[in-house]
Amino acid sequence: MVTTNLTRRGVIQTGAAAGAGLALPTILTAGSHAGFTNAPTGSTVTLGFNVPQTGAYADEGADELRAYELAVEHLNGGGDGGMLSTFSSKSLNGTGILGKKVEYVTGDTQTKPDAARASARSMIEKDGAIMITGGSSSGVAVAVQSLCQEAGIIFMAGLTHSNDTTGKDKKANGFRHFFNSYMSGAALAPILASNYGTDRKAYHLTADYNWGYTTEEAVRTSTEAMGWETVAAVKTPLAQTDFSSYIAPVLGSGADVLVLNHYGGNMVNSLTSAVQFGLRAAEANGKNFEIVVPLYSRLMAKGAGKNVAGIFGSTNWHWSLENVAGSKYAGSNAFVQSFGTKYGFPPSQAAHTVYCQTLLYADAVQRAGSFNPCAVAEALEGFEFDGLGNGPTVYRAADHQCIKDVLVVKGKENPENDFDLLEIVDVTPAEAVTYDPAIFGGDLGSCNPGA
Amino acid sequence: MFGLEKRDANLLIAVGALVLLAPIFLNPFPEGSALAQFNAGYPDLMQRFVIFGIFAIGFNILFGLTGYLSFGHAAFLGAGSYAGVWMLKLLTINVIPAIVISTLVAGVFALIIGFISLRRSGIYFSILTLAFAQMSFALAASVLTPITGGETGLQTALDDPRILDAANESRNIPAPSLFGLHMNDSAQLAVGDWLWTFNVGYYVAGIVMLAAFYVAIRIFRSPFGMMLRAIKSNQQRLNYTGLNTRPYMLACFVISGMYAGLAGGLMVSMDPLAGAERMQWTASGEVVLMTILGGVGTLIGPVLGAGLIKYFENIFSKINDNLLHQWFSFLPQGLEDFVVTIIHPFIGKGWHLTLGLMFMAVIIFLPGGLVELGQRASKLFKKRNPPQTGGQKEPAE
Repeated sequence: MVTTNLTRRGVIQTGAAAGAGLALPTILTAGSHAGFTNAPTGSTVTLGFNVPQTGAYADEGADELRAYELAVEHLNGGGDGGMLSTFSSKSLNGTGILGKKVEYVTGDTQTKPDAARASARSMIEKDGAIMITGGSSSGVAVAVQSLCQEAGIIFMAGLTHSNDTTGKDKKANGFRHFFNSYMSGAALAPILASNYGTDRKAYHLTADYNWGYTTEEAVRTSTEAMGWETVAAVKTPLAQTDFSSYIAPVLGSGADVLVLNHYGGNMVNSLTSAVQFGLRAAEANGKNFEIVVPLYSRLMAKGAGKNVAGIFGSTNWHWSLENVAGSKYAGSNAFVQSFGTKYGFPPSQAAHTVYCQTLLYADAVQRAGSFNPCAVAEALEGFEFDGLGNGPTVYRAADHQCIKDVLVVKGKENPENDFDLLEIVDVTPAEAVTYDPAIFGGDLGSCNPGA
Repeated sequence: MFGLEKRDANLLIAVGALVLLAPIFLNPFPEGSALAQFNAGYPDLMQRFVIFGIFAIGFNILFGLTGYLSFGHAAFLGAGSYAGVWMLKLLTINVIPAIVISTLVAGVFALIIGFISLRRSGIYFSILTLAFAQMSFALAASVLTPITGGETGLQTALDDPRILDAANESRNIPAPSLFGLHMNDSAQLAVGDWLWTFNVGYYVAGIVMLAAFYVAIRIFRSPFGMMLRAIKSNQQRLNYTGLNTRPYMLACFVISGMYAGLAGGLMVSMDPLAGAERMQWTASGEVVLMTILGGVGTLIGPVLGAGLIKYFENIFSKINDNLLHQWFSFLPQGLEDFVVTIIHPFIGKGWHLTLGLMFMAVIIFLPGGLVELGQRASKLFKKRNPPQTGGQKEPAE
């Protein structure tokens, strides 16, 4: 069947073809555009919204998309302007960004780093997105952030709570408005001590990826510092939906507090399972058994129903903040108002953080007078602002992390409606949760404008 | 030519031309037009086309020739990916060691799994390979986190040693390159309203794919390939004639695994991140779909199948309701909403549904896959021009 006839002509032909093939790439090395990747040329500018539309964090992703659409509407001068009117920086005027109308493309991260990067790459390469934002998982955020660093695109992180995002994996082109595990631990510990005492034994169930690790570590460190003991820490796969085999051993372990380092659908399932196993009603070591959820959101509370009653956790923002804690948090009500008018229900913290990120990016471009990632990064670094619902906030230059107040919340015992599920217990001031950016290591590198 | 028969040589040249010109004909619609949504000529997707083409070609060497259905081929893709990223981290940012080592690592991995799994055939073989792949996935996702990065994935970092490279002074992670040619570099050519992107990484992957395709043709046409076909048609008879088929099977399995590893190595060379879900059973199932959709046991089929599935995954999944409303805005309001509601389940995250329906249609009406579609079309064409003599009688290959 095989004809191996080495002829002179054949060899020359083969050699020529191979040579041409090898030479081909060298012709194509010239960068096509000067300046920076995807410099907008027409009358529009495209933003890429990369959110989970399927998987454990799909609820958060859907709410993020709503907020993005709202932000684009406000940037283009539509709607009631939302937080544009309360934002301390007044450079945005409702004519898009630098006079260009804002358009957007969406992608599905599937809460998988691989898929998220593929989706982000197609938005950058095919749709010419100038900025990528979104995500509802730290694994995805870290992966997409490093992709944006390589491609020369600004990444405005969505809901990502791991220390790594602006810690060991921080990048010069990446920025995060959301708070992190360390801040959760620091804000929660005093509240836990005053409610549950300083002599407790904790059992951790931890989502098996970078966010879970740093959250577990942050909560362990801050609770052990006040006298708690950690009995065991068990990792659970992100894709897990049935947690009964993980919950079953908890009661017999000698622990009297269960810490659920879970988020989204994971937390809904594990908490429901814990309640079904009777953990809330149980007693251990002569005390009431308690459950703690370090990172809380209204969407999760909704999913878990009345199981959340009385359970403590921390959150980046809650729609009732301005009503409860006063006008220091101006902007909250304006955002809730315009989100509610458009969609008929209050926004979640995921929606809030991505809305803020979109505005912050647009404002930075406007102030820098250029879409160049390096100019935008410079405008964001050390930027102090107010009026976006979290009180006075600073975008720290050393690690591109926003430093602001942290909310400690509790599941309501008798919620009045579907949205009134959490009550704000305390607002921990920014000073109490600030840390030295060097403690998590990592290196920002230098800003990359791309081609 | 190239030691091939004329027909195979023509096929190889045709595939070569397709690979060379893909950036042009994959962008048939002008930039900014409503149909530009369906353009596929951007580097990421083109790279995926050829890389998954390699993966499917390799899978077809096993499944198409011997009929052994492996449900765990993604494990080799994943093993190759991790090996590749580690080479980019430890040795050099040049992609050649990454590609070579990932192929070898996958080969060794396939040797171990194949040695055990090939003791059984049929469904038991499939289940064994599936079990191994799921085991590898579980290991990569949790137990082996220090090596694989767990669910976060493994990626290059600023402080990687890269012992063969000069010290990195730019304070930026270097992009994978081939002797200084960055994989993500592209040249763009605007002709009228059309914009064509010629990407370095794509052509590197494309050349590797052509080489892989050439080797596959040689295997198909070799006595070794003949033996594998004999195993497919009746393994028992071969055994009764006193012939030991296991070395042939094992060699075939390892070659197939090395193709998967090569694809994994290329994937991380284009985009240096390896995630554990690359090893999940859905990824193994995907390559089975690609091969069957394109045409099992044919040379070009798996490449076509891979292209079709990746196209659906990346293009159909990006169509959202907003776009639909734009397209159908010429209809009256009520009718527009109705049409959008009807189409909605088939686009965006519902692209799996579209793919599933198409897969069923292919299996029912075209058991030979896309290749059979092509053959039927050409037969129809030939019937209209009867003077042609000696119509092809050979079975689909």
